[in-house]
Amino acid sequence: MDATALVMPERFETVVTPAQPAIMKQQKPKIVTRDVTVHYGEKQAIYPLNIEIPDRAVSAFIGPSGCGKSTFLRCINRMNDTIDTCRVGGAIEINGQSIYSPDIDVVELRARVGMVFQKPNPFPKSIFENIAYGPRIHGLATSKTDLEEIVVNSLKRAGLFEEVKDRLQSPGTGLSGGQQQRLCIARAIAVNPEIILMDEPCSALDPIATARIEELIDELRENYCIVIVTHSMQQAARVSQLTAFFHLGTLVEVGDTEAMFTNPQERRTQDYIMGRFG
Amino acid sequence: MNTHIVSAFDEELAELRKLIAQMGGLAEDQFAKSIDAISQSDKRLAEKVIAADDKIDRLEKDLEERAIKLIARRQPMAADLRAIIVAIRISSDLERIGDLAKNIAKRTLAVDEPLPRSVNAGMSRMAELAMEQLSDVLDAYARLDVDKAQDVWVKDSRIDQLYNSVFRELLTYMMEDARTIGMCTHLLFGAKNIERIGDHTTNIAENIHYLVTGGPPLGERPKEDSTSVTTVETPAR
Repeated sequence: MDATALVMPERFETVVTPAQPAIMKQQKPKIVTRDVTVHYGEKQAIYPLNIEIPDRAVSAFIGPSGCGKSTFLRCINRMNDTIDTCRVGGAIEINGQSIYSPDIDVVELRARVGMVFQKPNPFPKSIFENIAYGPRIHGLATSKTDLEEIVVNSLKRAGLFEEVKDRLQSPGTGLSGGQQQRLCIARAIAVNPEIILMDEPCSALDPIATARIEELIDELRENYCIVIVTHSMQQAARVSQLTAFFHLGTLVEVGDTEAMFTNPQERRTQDYIMGRFG
Repeated sequence: MNTHIVSAFDEELAELRKLIAQMGGLAEDQFAKSIDAISQSDKRLAEKVIAADDKIDRLEKDLEERAIKLIARRQPMAADLRAIIVAIRISSDLERIGDLAKNIAKRTLAVDEPLPRSVNAGMSRMAELAMEQLSDVLDAYARLDVDKAQDVWVKDSRIDQLYNSVFRELLTYMMEDARTIGMCTHLLFGAKNIERIGDHTTNIAENIHYLVTGGPPLGERPKEDSTSVTTVETPAR
């Protein structure tokens, strides 16, 4: 990293590649941000950030460690609220509604905006309970059969049902890493979210489990707005329609994935995706 | 542009560029010799050109293998990806130019009489332009000079125009004297080969444009080659 890169950026305008991304012409914006900033205490982690994230598509956030992509991801379901020193400024709207306005129920918001983490983190309960828990506390099931149906459907949509149908009562932690991650995805979709946030969902998985998750992501985008943070450029290129490149707390460039990986406009984007010193 | 964090990647890319430079040099050389051979009816030189074509072919194979390995091992992105794809395309154009030069040399062996002077002059002029274009385009590649590439791309029409006149002239010879048909047909193909070399050169120019700008290839090129619809009236008997 050269010295100039460490100087605080002077401008926060994001380059859009191409000027009008094709995916934004096909899909409505689901998440829109206006000048979002994040501070951890005195330290500014995100500089005014403006982006439109399309519905029913996969958007990938890429960038070197510490660039703010995970921090921004966690703003979208207000996970940052749990960090005392964290302050979020600006506005984030989902379906045109501000999620930081006082009348927003955060628990309900997190049901609408599900999250899948880097390491699979199933509850220390049975496979069935892992999925049934969310719908139960959110009151989505009126009867036992209702709940069973939700569990089975979620497992099917996550592509896990066939593998676990005979052992729904065995512990979720007994599954393989890839299966656990699909269990977490099933758990996330069981509460009918509109948006699924994924923070490096495949970094702890082998290539086959990764391919399964990617296949699943591709299917899920028919119905959900998916945002994925990944360190694998190839994964971003494979699964996403929109790619956003973050660097030192700024959103440098955003655009159609194809254009970003064949002909990005910003030099910093180029250097990063080509593995050159930036 | 910055260097790669993995320095071997830089070396491998540089290797591709070096191979293109080598192939380009050979193609230029082969082309120049094939024109000398046909214009001076030098059969020995023609044999040499034919024998040497193999070298370009081998370089192309070598480049292709390296490029495939690079893609498999490095998963290149953006400008790196374009550089590799463009190297493959340019090498195939250069290999074709080598083939066309070889074909001109072969025709030298088939033509037994000296060439009609004006045809010789026309073909030599065509070849001169085509060589200049080839040398310019290789230079543009080495320097990533997109303006120069564009210039080459536009100028190809001059070769097409000359080809039209050589074509007409050869047709006229054949009409006037049926005994020249054998020779003229070979010369016609020779001229066509030079014109094709010009086309491969413009392909290379288009690829340089893509390599540097990442944008779509240049638009439709003005086509001046009208020989596919040219006829000459049969003289009245």
